[in-house]
Amino acid sequence: MHELSIAMSIVDLAQEEAELRRVQVDAVHLELGALSGVVKDALLFSYEIACGGTLLEGSRLIVREIPVEVYCPACQTPKILASIQWFCCPDCGTPTSEVLHGRELMITALELKQ
Amino acid sequence: MNPEPRLLEVRKNVLKQNDVVARALRERFRAQGTFVVSLVSSPGAGKTTFLEKTLALCRPRCRVAALVGDLATENDARRLARSGAPVRQITTGTLCHLEAAMIEHALVDWDVGPLDILFIENVGNLVCPASYDLGEDLRAVLLSVTEGEDKPLKYPTIFNSADVAIITKIDLAAAVEFDGQAACASIQAVRPGMNVLKVSAKTNEGMEAYLQFLMENASRNLPKASV
Repeated sequence: MHELSIAMSIVDLAQEEAELRRVQVDAVHLELGALSGVVKDALLFSYEIACGGTLLEGSRLIVREIPVEVYCPACQTPKILASIQWFCCPDCGTPTSEVLHGRELMITALELKQ
Repeated sequence: MNPEPRLLEVRKNVLKQNDVVARALRERFRAQGTFVVSLVSSPGAGKTTFLEKTLALCRPRCRVAALVGDLATENDARRLARSGAPVRQITTGTLCHLEAAMIEHALVDWDVGPLDILFIENVGNLVCPASYDLGEDLRAVLLSVTEGEDKPLKYPTIFNSADVAIITKIDLAAAVEFDGQAACASIQAVRPGMNVLKVSAKTNEGMEAYLQFLMENASRNLPKASV
């Protein structure tokens, strides 16, 4: 369970940005890849705790889950994996280890208070 | 009707701090001619025994040392020190994984001289270590024959993040009716093309092939190194 330390990093980064830009944050938008090694529910739970006593207290974490996208050498095009337990092209079945997306753990936007 | 939310675009990698330290470590190791191997596995897969044997077998051929992460005790470091190689423990307290900054910190006053290979034993955990780059050149994931053959399917993220899979305790395979083909199929499903080595640190089976694999990778990675 390392989601709490991840949540604390998210809060630190978002707080730093909010202070720099002098804005009040209502929500933090995050891209979370299926191969990031972070569990969404545990992260949401930890986020609330990590926000306590900071400028972000009461803010929300909005998670956009990113599926694993691989490059299929046979089809010569990016494909979305059907399952992270099966690194094969969902169309032609060719095995591939070339991951293009799915490792994201990225703050993409701050939603500001109206 | 609610007004459209006001969005301020930012792009910040949450693990950037770790990644920056890891990159600096990698550059530093490369400049020193040190090849770095990290070991990850579930608790009890045999990391420490395997590493103890690896260190003992490597010592006559090249300069090796080990950093070993553990939640609380220093027992592993004591066991590894029996190999005669320099060993330093990183006690993580309640933290379930190593981070790049811990490696950096452990190196500060560790006077081991030049190394050909540095091993880093992560905390026994197949989940959290997957997210953290430690500046290693090679990540080895261990799976013992006493675990399920489908473990790679249960923990695809860490197996996918590894560069080589090592099946340990192979001397027990028959006793526990281990299905090697099924295990290899699980590994290939989550990381097609990954090398799989089978070893027993107890009987030495497969250890020589593993050492050859290490030396080849080390010399490919560090063309000017002496290994």
